Amino acid sequence: MTEIVSPITGSVWKILAGVEAPIAEGETILILESMKMEIRVKCPHSGKLVEIRVNEGDSILEDDVVAVIQ
Amino acid sequence: MLESILIANRGEIARRILRSARRLGVETVAIYSDTDETSMLVREADRAVRVGEARPKDSYLNIDRIVAAARDTGATAVHPGYGFLAERWEFARTCEQEGLTFIGPHSDVIRSMGDKALSRQVASSLGIPIPPGSGILSGVEEARSWAAELSLPVIFKASAGGGGIGMTKVEKMEELPEAFETATNRAGLAFGDDRVYVEKYLESPHHIEIQILADADGNVVTFPERECSVQRRHQKVIEESPSPFATDELRARLRQAARRLAREIGYTNAGTVEFVVDKDRNSYFLEINTRLQVEHPITEMITCVDLVEHQIRIASGEPLSLREDDLEWGGWAIESRIYAEDSENFYPSPGTLASYVEPHGEGIRVDSGYQAGDIISQFYDPLIAKLVVWAEDRTGAVAKMQHALGNYDITGVKNNISFLTEAFASEMLKSGNYDTHFIAKLKEEKHG
Repeated sequence: MTEIVSPITGSVWKILAGVEAPIAEGETILILESMKMEIRVKCPHSGKLVEIRVNEGDSILEDDVVAVIQ
Repeated sequence: MLESILIANRGEIARRILRSARRLGVETVAIYSDTDETSMLVREADRAVRVGEARPKDSYLNIDRIVAAARDTGATAVHPGYGFLAERWEFARTCEQEGLTFIGPHSDVIRSMGDKALSRQVASSLGIPIPPGSGILSGVEEARSWAAELSLPVIFKASAGGGGIGMTKVEKMEELPEAFETATNRAGLAFGDDRVYVEKYLESPHHIEIQILADADGNVVTFPERECSVQRRHQKVIEESPSPFATDELRARLRQAARRLAREIGYTNAGTVEFVVDKDRNSYFLEINTRLQVEHPITEMITCVDLVEHQIRIASGEPLSLREDDLEWGGWAIESRIYAEDSENFYPSPGTLASYVEPHGEGIRVDSGYQAGDIISQFYDPLIAKLVVWAEDRTGAVAKMQHALGNYDITGVKNNISFLTEAFASEMLKSGNYDTHFIAKLKEEKHG
């Protein structure tokens, strides 16, 4: 299990990946937004996306876990 | 003279506008969102009106609420600053219809120059070179054939764009469909207009711009160039005036092009004509920014002209008191944008300013909107302040900037002071021999 943490404080703009689906290395899981900037959170290694812990529009802090992959 | 100005902005630029208005004896009305209720601006303005919640669409982008605030306070004019509504022609139009003096060009001019494809056409018709490229693209197939004709690399740009948003570079043909889609999506999201065009991507270009002032009688004053090539994500970080890359001939050519454009479109108030200049000093028109520019202080430092004062005077119907032939300038000015962002990856870093101490000294100007204890909100631009220095020559200005950066103390949010310190210690910046690839080269030198 790998926990994916948010690199920034901001909010969740769009969730692109689907839970329970296979995911490839480098694929964008979700897009965060902060200070007028979009930050893509990418999958560090291929596997299965087990869980997404946030919803679109949620405010998040740096280092919050946003997703879990297996 | 205008009686009272509502400042439709926040942070450093709102305070900057307030200073000139106050000096002219004009009453100031600030607007604020919930996040900014305790800001310095709100305390300093003669009056302050809450316009809504933190999110820009509920406050600083909300035309109805801002116009209502002007009506309720009896403000007679509106200064939009930069960003937010500054280049939304609908905002200028609404102000005009409501009998408010919009401090900027007429809404028709904002509208036509906001259409980048149209503004390129106007420049081209005057014989001012534009970067080789397409008109509005109908789809990915047309994009592909233009890319083939222009030869790679090419860059997609949003027709309604500005501020580097939506620009997507393509280096390989197989990347083109995705880049086209990305550019189209971003343009639609950011500007509500998903039309894009494609341009040849110029190698090692300089980004150089000319400040203009123009009045209703057709008088136009152009200023010496600003060099704005130090950029990350197509957004400026360091600017200087004059440009170490400019020759007298290039300067005269750019100023003449800016003057002719301003006259042709009936420009009034302050604006900036942007150019890209290649390594052989061929210059190409990029766009006109129909507003006050973030980096306007460097022009003020080398000319001792208060651009905001002229904006207010022009908007109140006065003819320009300044003539280009009488414009004296000298020395060298440099601006560093102090951002709340990570120095390594430039990720934004909102938070609370635990401590905040600005440098002081002769030839040092800091335009800021924050003080210790303030929240730097995730909803707004990461700009904390602008550090501007002036000295007799470039070497002196670089040294003064280094000294000033060393005396800047910010804790509580990540910030780019250490990046700026590295930048000014680099041979490229010290020698003035840099282009828009500066940051990439600096990172390369550092990490090998």
